[in-house]
Amino acid sequence: MELFLHQVLAGLATGGIYACMALAIVMIYQAIDSLNFAQGEMAMFSTFIAWQLMQWGLPYWVAFFATIVISFAAGVAIDRIVFRPLRNASLFSHIVVFIALFAILNSLAGFIWDFSIKSFPSPFGTQSLFGSGLMSTHDAGMIFVTLIVLVLLFVFFRYTRVGLAMRATASNPESARLVGIRVGWMVALGWGMAAAIGAVAGMLIAPVVFLEPNMMLSILLYGFAAAVVGGLNSPLGAVVGGFAVGVIENLAGTFIPYVGRELKLTIALTLIVAVLTLKPSGLFGRAIVNRV
Amino acid sequence: MTGPLLSVRGLNAFYGETQVLQGLDFEVADGGVTALLGANGAGKTSTLRALSGMIRATGDIFFSGLSICGRATEEVARLGIAHVPEGRGTFSRMTVDENLQLGAMTRGDRAGIAADMERLYGFFPKLGQRRRQQAGTLSGGEQQMLAIARALMLRPRLMLLDEPSFGLAPMIIAEVFDILRKLNAEDGMSMLLVEQNATAALELADQAYLLETGNLVMGGAARDIGRDENVRRAYLGY
Repeated sequence: MELFLHQVLAGLATGGIYACMALAIVMIYQAIDSLNFAQGEMAMFSTFIAWQLMQWGLPYWVAFFATIVISFAAGVAIDRIVFRPLRNASLFSHIVVFIALFAILNSLAGFIWDFSIKSFPSPFGTQSLFGSGLMSTHDAGMIFVTLIVLVLLFVFFRYTRVGLAMRATASNPESARLVGIRVGWMVALGWGMAAAIGAVAGMLIAPVVFLEPNMMLSILLYGFAAAVVGGLNSPLGAVVGGFAVGVIENLAGTFIPYVGRELKLTIALTLIVAVLTLKPSGLFGRAIVNRV
Repeated sequence: MTGPLLSVRGLNAFYGETQVLQGLDFEVADGGVTALLGANGAGKTSTLRALSGMIRATGDIFFSGLSICGRATEEVARLGIAHVPEGRGTFSRMTVDENLQLGAMTRGDRAGIAADMERLYGFFPKLGQRRRQQAGTLSGGEQQMLAIARALMLRPRLMLLDEPSFGLAPMIIAEVFDILRKLNAEDGMSMLLVEQNATAALELADQAYLLETGNLVMGGAARDIGRDENVRRAYLGY
Protein backbone atom coordinates (compact mmCIF):
# COMPACT_ATOMS: atom_id res chain seq x y z
CA MET A 1 0.00 0.00 0.00
CA GLU A 2 2.79 2.38 0.87
CA LEU A 3 4.46 1.57 -2.43
CA PHE A 4 1.20 2.31 -4.22
CA LEU A 5 0.78 5.66 -2.47
CA HIS A 6 4.38 6.53 -3.13
CA GLN A 7 4.01 5.77 -6.83
CA VAL A 8 0.79 7.78 -7.08
CA LEU A 9 2.45 10.81 -5.50
CA ALA A 10 5.51 10.45 -7.69
CA GLY A 11 3.16 10.14 -10.64
CA LEU A 12 1.38 13.34 -9.66
CA ALA A 13 4.74 15.07 -9.49
CA THR A 14 5.72 14.11 -13.04
CA GLY A 15 2.09 14.60 -14.04
CA GLY A 16 2.49 18.25 -13.11
CA ILE A 17 5.08 18.55 -15.86
CA TYR A 18 2.81 16.98 -18.43
CA ALA A 19 -0.15 19.06 -17.27
CA CYS A 20 1.84 22.26 -17.77
CA MET A 21 2.84 21.25 -21.26
CA ALA A 22 -0.65 20.02 -22.12
CA LEU A 23 -2.09 23.40 -21.10
CA ALA A 24 0.15 25.14 -23.61
CA ILE A 25 -0.82 22.60 -26.29
CA VAL A 26 -4.53 23.11 -25.65
CA MET A 27 -4.08 26.88 -25.79
CA ILE A 28 -2.57 26.78 -29.26
CA TYR A 29 -5.06 24.17 -30.41
CA GLN A 30 -7.90 26.51 -29.43
CA ALA A 31 -6.33 29.35 -31.37
CA ILE A 32 -5.26 27.63 -34.58
CA ASP A 33 -7.18 24.36 -34.56
CA SER A 34 -4.10 22.21 -35.03
CA LEU A 35 -1.29 20.82 -32.90
CA ASN A 36 1.90 22.80 -32.75
CA PHE A 37 4.81 20.37 -32.95
CA ALA A 38 7.24 23.17 -32.15
CA GLN A 39 5.52 23.87 -28.81
CA GLY A 40 8.14 21.98 -26.82
CA GLU A 41 11.03 23.68 -28.54
CA MET A 42 9.43 27.07 -27.98
CA ALA A 43 9.21 26.26 -24.27
CA MET A 44 12.82 25.05 -24.26
CA PHE A 45 14.00 28.24 -25.96
CA SER A 46 12.09 30.36 -23.44
CA THR A 47 13.75 28.46 -20.62
CA PHE A 48 17.17 29.22 -22.10
CA ILE A 49 16.22 32.89 -22.19
CA ALA A 50 15.36 32.73 -18.49
CA TRP A 51 18.65 30.94 -17.81
CA GLN A 52 20.55 33.63 -19.75
CA LEU A 53 18.81 36.42 -17.84
CA MET A 54 19.82 34.78 -14.58
CA GLN A 55 23.37 34.35 -15.84
CA TRP A 56 23.37 38.10 -16.37
CA GLY A 57 22.54 38.49 -12.72
CA LEU A 58 18.79 39.02 -12.62
CA PRO A 59 17.03 37.52 -9.60
CA TYR A 60 14.86 34.43 -10.24
CA TRP A 61 11.41 36.01 -10.18
CA VAL A 62 12.45 38.99 -12.30
CA ALA A 63 13.86 36.59 -14.89
CA PHE A 64 10.74 34.42 -14.58
CA PHE A 65 8.27 37.20 -15.38
CA ALA A 66 10.54 38.86 -17.95
CA THR A 67 10.73 35.51 -19.77
CA ILE A 68 6.94 35.23 -19.77
CA VAL A 69 6.62 38.68 -21.33
CA ILE A 70 9.35 38.01 -23.89
CA SER A 71 7.81 34.65 -24.81
CA PHE A 72 4.38 36.19 -25.21
CA ALA A 73 5.77 38.80 -27.59
CA ALA A 74 7.72 36.14 -29.48
CA GLY A 75 4.60 33.98 -29.81
CA VAL A 76 2.65 36.90 -31.29
CA ALA A 77 5.58 37.66 -33.60
CA ILE A 78 5.78 34.06 -34.83
CA ASP A 79 2.11 34.18 -35.75
CA ARG A 80 2.29 37.57 -37.45
CA ILE A 81 5.53 36.92 -39.33
CA VAL A 82 5.40 33.21 -40.11
CA PHE A 83 1.79 32.05 -40.01
CA ARG A 84 -0.22 35.07 -41.10
CA PRO A 85 1.10 34.90 -44.69
CA LEU A 86 0.10 31.20 -44.64
CA ARG A 87 -3.42 31.64 -43.30
CA ASN A 88 -5.04 30.30 -46.47
CA ALA A 89 -2.50 27.54 -46.94
CA SER A 90 -3.34 23.89 -46.33
CA LEU A 91 -2.83 22.02 -43.08
CA PHE A 92 0.18 20.28 -44.60
CA SER A 93 1.93 23.58 -45.21
CA HIS A 94 1.36 24.42 -41.56
CA ILE A 95 2.80 21.10 -40.44
CA VAL A 96 5.90 21.68 -42.56
CA VAL A 97 6.35 25.06 -40.89
CA PHE A 98 5.87 23.53 -37.42
CA ILE A 99 8.63 21.04 -38.18
CA ALA A 100 10.83 23.82 -39.55
CA LEU A 101 10.26 25.87 -36.40
CA PHE A 102 11.09 22.81 -34.35
CA ALA A 103 14.41 22.28 -36.16
CA ILE A 104 15.32 25.97 -36.20
CA LEU A 105 14.67 26.55 -32.50
CA ASN A 106 16.43 23.33 -31.53
CA SER A 107 19.61 24.03 -33.46
CA LEU A 108 19.57 27.75 -32.69
CA ALA A 109 19.50 26.95 -28.97
CA GLY A 110 22.38 24.51 -29.49
CA PHE A 111 24.27 27.14 -31.48
CA ILE A 112 23.84 29.90 -28.90
CA TRP A 113 24.03 27.94 -25.66
CA ASP A 114 25.65 24.65 -26.86
CA PHE A 115 24.35 21.17 -26.11
CA SER A 116 25.91 20.70 -22.67
CA ILE A 117 23.49 19.97 -19.85
CA LYS A 118 22.88 22.90 -17.52
CA SER A 119 21.21 22.96 -14.16
CA PHE A 120 18.28 25.28 -13.69
CA PRO A 121 17.33 26.63 -10.25
CA SER A 122 14.00 25.96 -8.57
CA PRO A 123 12.35 28.79 -6.65
CA PHE A 124 10.75 26.24 -4.33
CA GLY A 125 13.90 24.38 -3.31
CA THR A 126 14.42 20.68 -3.86
CA GLN A 127 14.23 19.32 -0.32
CA SER A 128 11.67 16.64 0.34
CA LEU A 129 8.21 17.88 1.25
CA PHE A 130 7.40 17.41 4.98
CA GLY A 131 10.45 15.16 5.12
CA SER A 132 8.39 12.29 3.75
CA GLY A 133 10.49 11.63 0.68
CA LEU A 134 7.39 11.13 -1.43
CA MET A 135 7.42 14.47 -3.16
CA SER A 136 9.88 17.34 -3.29
CA THR A 137 9.01 20.96 -2.55
CA HIS A 138 9.69 21.69 -6.20
CA ASP A 139 7.15 19.05 -7.30
CA ALA A 140 4.56 20.58 -5.00
CA GLY A 141 5.40 24.09 -6.22
CA MET A 142 5.09 22.97 -9.82
CA ILE A 143 1.64 21.47 -9.23
CA PHE A 144 0.61 24.64 -7.41
CA VAL A 145 1.73 26.92 -10.25
CA THR A 146 0.00 24.70 -12.82
CA LEU A 147 -3.23 25.02 -10.89
CA ILE A 148 -2.83 28.81 -10.65
CA VAL A 149 -2.33 29.01 -14.42
CA LEU A 150 -5.44 26.89 -14.87
CA VAL A 151 -7.53 29.15 -12.64
CA LEU A 152 -6.24 32.27 -14.43
CA LEU A 153 -7.15 30.73 -17.78
CA PHE A 154 -10.59 29.79 -16.52
CA VAL A 155 -11.27 33.32 -15.29
CA PHE A 156 -9.92 34.81 -18.50
CA PHE A 157 -12.06 32.65 -20.80
CA ARG A 158 -15.18 32.75 -18.67
CA TYR A 159 -15.36 36.32 -17.46
CA THR A 160 -13.55 38.64 -19.88
CA ARG A 161 -14.75 39.91 -23.23
CA VAL A 162 -11.46 39.12 -24.91
CA GLY A 163 -11.70 35.57 -23.58
CA LEU A 164 -15.22 35.29 -24.95
CA ALA A 165 -14.05 36.62 -28.31
CA MET A 166 -11.22 34.06 -28.35
CA ARG A 167 -13.63 31.21 -27.62
CA ALA A 168 -15.94 32.46 -30.36
CA THR A 169 -13.05 32.60 -32.80
CA ALA A 170 -12.05 29.05 -31.96
CA SER A 171 -15.54 27.63 -32.31
CA ASN A 172 -16.68 29.50 -35.41
CA PRO A 173 -14.22 31.88 -37.08
CA GLU A 174 -16.62 32.91 -39.81
CA SER A 175 -19.37 33.97 -37.40
CA ALA A 176 -16.75 35.65 -35.24
CA ARG A 177 -15.80 37.85 -38.19
CA LEU A 178 -19.46 38.64 -38.82
CA VAL A 179 -19.84 40.11 -35.34
CA GLY A 180 -16.74 42.22 -35.95
CA ILE A 181 -14.13 40.26 -34.00
CA ARG A 182 -10.65 40.78 -35.46
CA VAL A 183 -9.97 37.08 -35.83
CA GLY A 184 -6.35 37.52 -36.92
CA TRP A 185 -5.48 39.23 -33.65
CA MET A 186 -7.30 36.62 -31.60
CA VAL A 187 -5.15 33.94 -33.20
CA ALA A 188 -2.02 36.00 -32.52
CA LEU A 189 -3.11 36.40 -28.91
CA GLY A 190 -3.58 32.62 -28.70
CA TRP A 191 -0.02 32.13 -29.92
CA GLY A 192 1.26 34.63 -27.40
CA MET A 193 -0.57 32.95 -24.54
CA ALA A 194 0.55 29.49 -25.62
CA ALA A 195 4.16 30.66 -25.78
CA ALA A 196 3.87 32.28 -22.34
CA ILE A 197 2.34 29.16 -20.77
CA GLY A 198 4.97 27.06 -22.51
CA ALA A 199 7.63 29.29 -20.94
CA VAL A 200 6.15 28.68 -17.49
CA ALA A 201 6.11 24.95 -18.20
CA GLY A 202 9.71 24.99 -19.40
CA MET A 203 10.99 26.91 -16.40
CA LEU A 204 9.19 24.53 -14.01
CA ILE A 205 10.32 21.41 -15.83
CA ALA A 206 13.97 22.42 -16.28
CA PRO A 207 15.00 21.89 -12.62
CA VAL A 208 13.79 18.27 -12.92
CA VAL A 209 15.04 17.21 -16.35
CA PHE A 210 17.92 19.74 -16.59
CA LEU A 211 18.31 22.33 -19.30
CA GLU A 212 19.50 21.32 -22.76
CA PRO A 213 18.12 21.76 -26.29
CA ASN A 214 16.52 18.29 -26.37
CA MET A 215 14.91 18.46 -22.93
CA MET A 216 11.37 18.66 -24.31
CA LEU A 217 11.40 15.78 -26.80
CA SER A 218 9.69 13.11 -24.74
CA ILE A 219 7.83 15.58 -22.55
CA LEU A 220 6.04 17.01 -25.57
CA LEU A 221 4.85 13.50 -26.42
CA TYR A 222 3.49 13.08 -22.89
CA GLY A 223 1.96 16.53 -23.16
CA PHE A 224 0.15 15.49 -26.35
CA ALA A 225 -1.03 12.33 -24.61
CA ALA A 226 -2.32 14.38 -21.68
CA ALA A 227 -4.08 16.87 -23.96
CA VAL A 228 -5.71 14.08 -25.97
CA VAL A 229 -6.79 12.20 -22.84
CA GLY A 230 -8.35 15.31 -21.34
CA GLY A 231 -9.80 16.67 -24.55
CA LEU A 232 -8.03 19.10 -26.85
CA ASN A 233 -10.51 21.89 -26.25
CA SER A 234 -10.54 21.77 -22.47
CA PRO A 235 -7.84 23.41 -20.32
CA LEU A 236 -9.18 21.60 -17.25
CA GLY A 237 -9.06 18.33 -19.17
CA ALA A 238 -5.45 19.01 -20.13
CA VAL A 239 -4.45 19.38 -16.49
CA VAL A 240 -6.40 16.35 -15.31
CA GLY A 241 -5.07 14.42 -18.31
CA GLY A 242 -1.53 15.44 -17.40
CA PHE A 243 -1.84 14.13 -13.86
CA ALA A 244 -3.60 10.99 -15.12
CA VAL A 245 -0.84 10.22 -17.61
CA GLY A 246 1.81 10.80 -14.95
CA VAL A 247 0.11 8.48 -12.44
CA ILE A 248 -0.84 5.76 -14.94
CA GLU A 249 2.66 5.69 -16.35
CA ASN A 250 4.17 5.34 -12.90
CA LEU A 251 1.75 2.69 -11.67
CA ALA A 252 2.09 0.64 -14.85
CA GLY A 253 5.85 0.84 -14.61
CA THR A 254 5.75 -0.42 -11.04
CA PHE A 255 2.96 -2.96 -10.95
CA ILE A 256 2.68 -4.44 -14.43
CA PRO A 257 5.50 -6.89 -14.99
CA TYR A 258 7.50 -6.42 -18.19
CA VAL A 259 6.56 -2.73 -18.46
CA GLY A 260 9.31 -1.41 -16.24
CA ARG A 261 11.04 1.80 -17.19
CA GLU A 262 11.62 0.79 -20.80
CA LEU A 263 8.01 0.64 -21.92
CA LYS A 264 6.81 3.75 -20.07
CA LEU A 265 6.66 5.86 -23.20
CA THR A 266 4.61 3.17 -24.88
CA ILE A 267 1.98 3.68 -22.18
CA ALA A 268 1.53 7.30 -23.23
CA LEU A 269 1.06 6.30 -26.86
CA THR A 270 -1.31 3.48 -25.92
CA LEU A 271 -3.35 6.01 -23.96
CA ILE A 272 -3.60 8.28 -27.01
CA VAL A 273 -4.81 5.44 -29.19
CA ALA A 274 -7.23 4.13 -26.55
CA VAL A 275 -8.83 7.52 -25.91
CA LEU A 276 -9.09 8.35 -29.59
CA THR A 277 -10.83 5.03 -30.16
CA LEU A 278 -13.18 5.05 -27.20
CA LYS A 279 -13.92 8.73 -26.65
CA PRO A 280 -12.44 10.87 -29.44
CA SER A 281 -13.37 14.19 -27.83
CA GLY A 282 -11.38 13.27 -24.70
CA LEU A 283 -12.59 12.83 -21.14
CA PHE A 284 -13.45 16.51 -20.68
CA GLY A 285 -13.76 17.62 -24.29
CA ARG A 286 -17.18 18.62 -25.42
CA ALA A 287 -18.62 16.91 -28.43
CA ILE A 288 -20.56 19.39 -30.50
CA VAL A 289 -24.32 19.04 -30.25
CA ASN A 290 -26.30 20.60 -33.05
CA ARG A 291 -29.96 20.82 -33.82
CA VAL A 292 -31.10 21.93 -37.21
CA MET B 1 -35.59 61.18 -49.27
CA THR B 2 -31.79 61.14 -49.35
CA GLY B 3 -29.61 58.76 -51.38
CA PRO B 4 -29.76 55.01 -50.82
CA LEU B 5 -28.08 53.50 -47.74
CA LEU B 6 -26.50 50.75 -49.82
CA SER B 7 -25.72 51.22 -53.46
CA VAL B 8 -24.18 48.46 -55.55
CA ARG B 9 -22.87 48.96 -59.08
CA GLY B 10 -21.36 46.31 -61.34
CA LEU B 11 -20.77 43.75 -58.59
CA ASN B 12 -18.82 40.68 -59.70
CA ALA B 13 -17.91 37.89 -57.31
CA PHE B 14 -15.69 34.84 -57.56
CA TYR B 15 -15.13 31.48 -55.91
CA GLY B 16 -11.52 30.90 -56.86
CA GLU B 17 -11.46 31.41 -60.62
CA THR B 18 -15.17 30.82 -61.11
CA GLN B 19 -17.24 33.97 -61.50
CA VAL B 20 -20.60 33.59 -59.75
CA LEU B 21 -22.03 37.14 -59.99
CA GLN B 22 -22.06 39.14 -63.21
CA GLY B 23 -22.25 42.89 -62.75
CA LEU B 24 -25.16 43.30 -60.34
CA ASP B 25 -26.73 46.74 -59.77
CA PHE B 26 -29.09 47.20 -56.86
CA GLU B 27 -29.90 49.44 -53.91
CA VAL B 28 -31.27 49.41 -50.40
CA ALA B 29 -33.04 52.62 -49.38
CA ASP B 30 -32.42 54.12 -45.94
CA GLY B 31 -35.17 52.57 -43.85
CA GLY B 32 -36.17 50.29 -46.72
CA VAL B 33 -36.28 46.56 -47.27
CA THR B 34 -34.88 45.14 -50.50
CA ALA B 35 -35.52 41.51 -51.40
CA LEU B 36 -33.30 39.42 -53.64
CA LEU B 37 -35.30 36.51 -55.02
CA GLY B 38 -34.16 33.54 -57.00
CA ALA B 39 -33.91 29.79 -57.19
CA ASN B 40 -31.26 27.62 -55.57
CA GLY B 41 -27.82 28.46 -56.93
CA ALA B 42 -28.87 31.78 -58.45
CA GLY B 43 -26.25 33.64 -56.42
CA LYS B 44 -28.33 35.09 -53.59
CA THR B 45 -26.06 33.93 -50.79
CA SER B 46 -22.98 34.81 -52.84
CA THR B 47 -24.28 38.37 -53.15
CA LEU B 48 -24.46 38.75 -49.38
CA ARG B 49 -21.08 37.09 -48.95
CA ALA B 50 -19.59 39.48 -51.47
CA LEU B 51 -20.99 42.48 -49.59
CA SER B 52 -19.49 41.16 -46.33
CA GLY B 53 -16.09 40.56 -47.88
CA MET B 54 -16.31 36.81 -47.39
CA ILE B 55 -15.59 36.06 -51.05
CA ARG B 56 -13.53 37.96 -53.61
CA ALA B 57 -15.54 40.69 -55.28
CA THR B 58 -15.01 43.56 -57.69
CA GLY B 59 -17.25 46.54 -58.49
CA ASP B 60 -18.56 49.45 -56.47
CA ILE B 61 -20.25 48.94 -53.13
CA PHE B 62 -21.16 52.13 -51.32
CA PHE B 63 -22.54 52.02 -47.79
CA SER B 64 -23.78 55.48 -46.76
CA GLY B 65 -21.33 56.99 -49.21
CA LEU B 66 -18.36 54.86 -48.08
CA SER B 67 -16.72 52.42 -50.48
CA ILE B 68 -16.62 49.01 -48.79
CA CYS B 69 -15.70 46.66 -51.63
CA GLY B 70 -12.67 44.57 -50.70
CA ARG B 71 -12.80 45.33 -46.97
CA ALA B 72 -12.28 42.53 -44.47
CA THR B 73 -15.42 40.90 -43.07
CA GLU B 74 -14.82 42.17 -39.52
CA GLU B 75 -14.31 45.74 -40.77
CA VAL B 76 -17.60 45.62 -42.71
CA ALA B 77 -19.35 44.48 -39.53
CA ARG B 78 -17.72 47.32 -37.60
CA LEU B 79 -19.26 49.82 -40.04
CA GLY B 80 -22.73 48.70 -38.88
CA ILE B 81 -23.66 45.98 -41.34
CA ALA B 82 -24.99 42.93 -39.50
CA HIS B 83 -25.00 39.78 -41.59
CA VAL B 84 -27.26 36.92 -40.47
CA PRO B 85 -25.68 34.15 -42.51
CA GLU B 86 -27.05 31.07 -44.19
CA GLY B 87 -27.52 28.39 -41.54
CA ARG B 88 -27.77 31.19 -38.92
CA GLY B 89 -24.15 31.04 -37.77
CA THR B 90 -24.91 30.97 -34.07
CA PHE B 91 -22.11 29.93 -31.74
CA SER B 92 -23.66 26.56 -30.99
CA ARG B 93 -21.44 25.62 -28.05
CA MET B 94 -22.07 28.90 -26.23
CA THR B 95 -25.05 30.02 -24.26
CA VAL B 96 -27.76 32.34 -25.55
CA ASP B 97 -26.39 35.05 -23.25
CA GLU B 98 -22.89 34.67 -24.62
CA ASN B 99 -24.14 34.76 -28.19
CA LEU B 100 -25.79 38.11 -27.55
CA GLN B 101 -22.70 39.46 -25.83
CA LEU B 102 -20.66 38.42 -28.84
CA GLY B 103 -23.05 40.36 -31.05
CA ALA B 104 -22.06 43.50 -29.16
CA MET B 105 -18.33 42.79 -29.38
CA THR B 106 -17.66 45.97 -31.35
CA ARG B 107 -19.32 48.17 -28.74
CA GLY B 108 -17.75 49.52 -25.56
CA ASP B 109 -20.80 50.76 -23.63
CA ARG B 110 -21.40 48.12 -20.97
CA ALA B 111 -24.60 49.69 -19.67
CA GLY B 112 -26.01 50.07 -23.17
CA ILE B 113 -25.19 46.44 -23.97
CA ALA B 114 -26.93 45.19 -20.83
CA ALA B 115 -29.97 47.37 -21.58
CA ASP B 116 -30.12 46.12 -25.19
CA MET B 117 -29.98 42.51 -24.00
CA GLU B 118 -32.93 43.04 -21.69
CA ARG B 119 -34.83 44.80 -24.46
CA LEU B 120 -34.20 41.92 -26.87
CA TYR B 121 -35.20 39.31 -24.27
CA GLY B 122 -38.45 41.24 -23.98
CA PHE B 123 -38.76 41.16 -27.75
CA PHE B 124 -37.94 37.43 -27.95
CA PRO B 125 -39.42 35.96 -24.75
CA LYS B 126 -38.49 32.40 -25.76
CA LEU B 127 -34.82 33.38 -25.77
CA GLY B 128 -35.27 35.05 -22.41
CA GLN B 129 -36.29 31.72 -20.92
CA ARG B 130 -33.20 30.02 -22.31
CA ARG B 131 -30.40 32.44 -21.45
CA ARG B 132 -28.05 29.83 -20.03
CA GLN B 133 -28.85 27.14 -22.57
CA GLN B 134 -26.36 26.16 -25.28
CA ALA B 135 -27.40 27.76 -28.56
CA GLY B 136 -26.96 24.46 -30.39
CA THR B 137 -29.76 22.90 -28.35
CA LEU B 138 -32.37 25.48 -29.37
CA SER B 139 -35.03 24.65 -31.95
CA GLY B 140 -34.58 25.94 -35.50
CA GLY B 141 -36.98 28.83 -34.99
CA GLU B 142 -35.34 29.83 -31.72
CA GLN B 143 -31.91 29.70 -33.38
CA GLN B 144 -33.16 32.01 -36.12
CA MET B 145 -34.50 34.41 -33.49
CA LEU B 146 -31.15 34.22 -31.71
CA ALA B 147 -29.30 34.96 -34.95
CA ILE B 148 -31.48 38.02 -35.54
CA ALA B 149 -31.15 39.15 -31.92
CA ARG B 150 -27.38 38.75 -32.08
CA ALA B 151 -27.27 40.84 -35.25
CA LEU B 152 -29.31 43.55 -33.54
CA MET B 153 -26.81 43.69 -30.65
CA LEU B 154 -24.40 45.30 -33.13
CA ARG B 155 -26.87 48.22 -33.36
CA PRO B 156 -26.59 47.90 -37.11
CA ARG B 157 -27.71 50.39 -39.74
CA LEU B 158 -28.25 47.62 -42.26
CA MET B 159 -29.11 43.95 -41.82
CA LEU B 160 -28.21 41.33 -44.40
CA LEU B 161 -30.59 38.41 -43.92
CA ASP B 162 -29.84 35.12 -45.65
CA GLU B 163 -32.99 32.99 -45.93
CA PRO B 164 -34.48 33.59 -42.50
CA SER B 165 -37.27 31.15 -43.43
CA PHE B 166 -34.87 28.28 -44.11
CA GLY B 167 -35.92 24.98 -42.56
CA LEU B 168 -38.72 26.50 -40.48
CA ALA B 169 -42.38 25.50 -40.19
CA PRO B 170 -44.89 27.90 -41.84
CA MET B 171 -46.12 29.20 -38.49
CA ILE B 172 -42.59 29.95 -37.33
CA ILE B 173 -41.81 31.64 -40.66
CA ALA B 174 -44.78 33.95 -40.12
CA GLU B 175 -43.50 34.72 -36.62
CA VAL B 176 -40.00 35.54 -37.88
CA PHE B 177 -41.33 37.79 -40.63
CA ASP B 178 -43.62 39.57 -38.18
CA ILE B 179 -40.57 40.41 -36.13
CA LEU B 180 -38.69 41.67 -39.17
CA ARG B 181 -41.68 43.79 -40.20
CA LYS B 182 -41.87 45.28 -36.73
CA LEU B 183 -38.14 46.06 -36.74
CA ASN B 184 -38.48 47.81 -40.07
CA ALA B 185 -41.65 49.72 -39.23
CA GLU B 186 -40.86 50.74 -35.65
CA ASP B 187 -37.08 51.11 -35.64
CA GLY B 188 -36.66 51.99 -39.32
CA MET B 189 -34.17 49.13 -39.71
CA SER B 190 -32.92 48.81 -43.29
CA MET B 191 -32.65 45.26 -44.62
CA LEU B 192 -31.36 43.35 -47.58
CA LEU B 193 -33.29 40.11 -47.58
CA VAL B 194 -32.41 37.01 -49.57
CA GLU B 195 -35.24 34.51 -49.85
CA GLN B 196 -36.60 31.51 -51.69
CA ASN B 197 -39.92 32.08 -49.98
CA ALA B 198 -40.96 34.81 -52.41
CA THR B 199 -44.44 35.34 -50.96
CA ALA B 200 -43.19 36.22 -47.50
CA ALA B 201 -40.30 38.29 -48.85
CA LEU B 202 -42.45 40.36 -51.22
CA GLU B 203 -44.91 41.18 -48.44
CA LEU B 204 -42.09 42.65 -46.37
CA ALA B 205 -39.99 44.34 -49.06
CA ASP B 206 -40.47 47.63 -50.84
CA GLN B 207 -37.88 46.87 -53.53
CA ALA B 208 -37.26 43.49 -55.12
CA TYR B 209 -34.83 42.02 -57.60
CA LEU B 210 -34.86 38.73 -59.39
CA LEU B 211 -31.59 36.84 -59.65
CA GLU B 212 -30.91 34.09 -62.19
CA THR B 213 -27.50 32.35 -62.48
CA GLY B 214 -25.58 35.35 -61.26
CA ASN B 215 -27.51 37.99 -63.23
CA LEU B 216 -30.25 40.36 -62.18
CA VAL B 217 -33.04 39.77 -64.68
CA MET B 218 -35.67 42.07 -63.18
CA GLY B 219 -35.96 44.75 -60.53
CA GLY B 220 -38.46 47.26 -59.26
CA ALA B 221 -41.05 47.95 -56.60
CA ALA B 222 -41.91 44.78 -54.71
CA ARG B 223 -45.59 45.34 -55.45
CA ASP B 224 -45.01 45.30 -59.22
CA ILE B 225 -42.69 42.32 -59.09
CA GLY B 226 -45.33 40.38 -57.16
CA ARG B 227 -47.88 41.15 -59.89
CA ASP B 228 -45.65 40.09 -62.76
CA GLU B 229 -47.07 37.10 -64.60
CA ASN B 230 -43.73 35.30 -65.09
CA VAL B 231 -42.57 35.84 -61.53
CA ARG B 232 -45.84 34.57 -60.20
CA ARG B 233 -45.68 31.42 -62.24
CA ALA B 234 -42.03 30.69 -61.54
CA TYR B 235 -41.64 31.74 -57.89
CA LEU B 236 -45.02 32.21 -56.28
CA GLY B 237 -46.76 29.18 -57.71
CA TYR B 238 -50.14 30.61 -58.62
